[in-house]
Amino acid sequence: MSLLSVDRLSANLRDRRVLKDVSFDVRAGECIGLLGPNGAGKTTLMRAILGLIAHSGVSSLARMTPAERARHAAWMPQTREIAWPVTVETLVMLGRIPHLAAGQRPTPEDAAQVASALGAMDLMNFRDRDATRLSGGEQARVLNARALAQDTALIFADEPVAGLDPAHQISTMETFSALSREGRSVVVSLHDLGLAARHCTRLLLLSEGEIVADGPPAEVLTQEKLAGVFGIRAYFRATEDGPVFQPLEVIA
Amino acid sequence: MTQLATGLSLVVLALFLGALTLGPAPIGPGESLRALIVGDGGPLTLVMREIRLPRAILAIMVGASLGLAGAAMQGYLRNPLAEPGLIGVSGSAALGAVISIQTGLAESIAFGLPAMALAGALLGVLLVVALAGPRGSSLTLILAGIAISALAAALTSLVLNLSPNPFAANEIVFWMMGSLADRSMSHVWIALPFMAVGWLMLATMGRGLDALTLGEDAASAMGISLARLRLTLILGTASVVGAATAVAGAIGFVGLVVPHILRPLVGARPARLLWASALGGAIMVLAADIAVRLILPARDLKLGVVTALVGAPLFLHLIYKTRRHLA
Repeated sequence: MSLLSVDRLSANLRDRRVLKDVSFDVRAGECIGLLGPNGAGKTTLMRAILGLIAHSGVSSLARMTPAERARHAAWMPQTREIAWPVTVETLVMLGRIPHLAAGQRPTPEDAAQVASALGAMDLMNFRDRDATRLSGGEQARVLNARALAQDTALIFADEPVAGLDPAHQISTMETFSALSREGRSVVVSLHDLGLAARHCTRLLLLSEGEIVADGPPAEVLTQEKLAGVFGIRAYFRATEDGPVFQPLEVIA
Repeated sequence: MTQLATGLSLVVLALFLGALTLGPAPIGPGESLRALIVGDGGPLTLVMREIRLPRAILAIMVGASLGLAGAAMQGYLRNPLAEPGLIGVSGSAALGAVISIQTGLAESIAFGLPAMALAGALLGVLLVVALAGPRGSSLTLILAGIAISALAAALTSLVLNLSPNPFAANEIVFWMMGSLADRSMSHVWIALPFMAVGWLMLATMGRGLDALTLGEDAASAMGISLARLRLTLILGTASVVGAATAVAGAIGFVGLVVPHILRPLVGARPARLLWASALGGAIMVLAADIAVRLILPARDLKLGVVTALVGAPLFLHLIYKTRRHLA
């Protein structure tokens, strides 16, 4: 089942073409890593797909009404903004807004979704803490939990593991791959190619606004692509502990 | 939460009864209220119905308007230092009022002053909407508001500057200090329709303001239309603040301080802060208006002066506390 179809999507930012004719489909049950150097257009691609910026071409999500889209796809932006000193639980409950009518009180179903999102992000002990007074990595987990609580078929997360400690980087990626095994799909932008290689079912490699590779990790993280797009050489082997990826050096 | 609502409502009720029964003549509260409700056509009934009742009702209406608009403005801009005057409506309403005093319209036409103030507010809000654009960010709204406020303040100064007689200038200065003295039920009826529309508009913003806690991008991905939210904020604030300025003059600090004080009591949730600040604003203005009448009854102390005198030190204290939290 296709959850998203993107066809020749292009977008400009300040008169500069940042996305050029990007096309791909997302089926149910995929954990997609969106890779690319700084400025490759990863954030712009996700925002255009969600209909948050002006674009040409087709994104099936951008065509939905805002209310429909909010029940179909969740978005965790890279800028981690928590404006008011609300509790962690209150913040995660904000993810239920698309499911609640104006002024409606949260139902037990909403509370259950929030509890499961808090559990997935290892935040049960934080639920009554002031979200603005947590560390950067803890705030990122709270915001991930908020996106999970939205309980959507699709989740877009912009660098959700940046700033997390190793254990929480791994557990966050494991949460995403577990969701994909349940039949949902996750699109996650990453700079940690090792995490991408281990946890994603499919990688999209973006360079200067175009998709230059799309497929399983072993087909995307080839020495030529790494040299051409990132300018690096890397060690990448399938081992008995799963795929191991380690960037080695910058190619002059 | 219901505890807080009940508590604030009881304080509003107590202050309302206090405002009705406190006065210079030594008359008991029971007697005053009986005169208000039963009405025997005597002088006490007249005082209660024509002077004290409109004054107390206006205090609640103006206070609730300023508190509600302040909470909405702070929630939308995600900034605890925002206040309803920020979008230039109070400044342009004051300019309209000042022009009506200067030209004599306030004297020659019945309710010329509030009418001109409302016209000023309308002109100001149209300019702000045109300047800020339909899609722009919150930053363009702030800049447009500051520009309109500055322009209105400059024109107000010009009117004062060119004022040919000192009495008009004096009247303008006193009017700008803000007061609820000598208002009638007609003022209530002039302000009420604008305020009621504005209250309804601002009250619908809770869901959007809650979502905005996560930033503009996350909020719009949750199905909130930011353009509509902003237009609701501008029009709602303009109706309530324009009407408040038209009947009471410029009353500062209520929209700034009240949401700030109540924020911790509602768990910092912007939607809950809306109704809490409406009640809190009513409390602050009712209390300040009672203070005006008790402290210097003979000197006609102005309401806006008292709210600023109470509000500014309170605000300094809050900033000091926030600074310690941030350190």
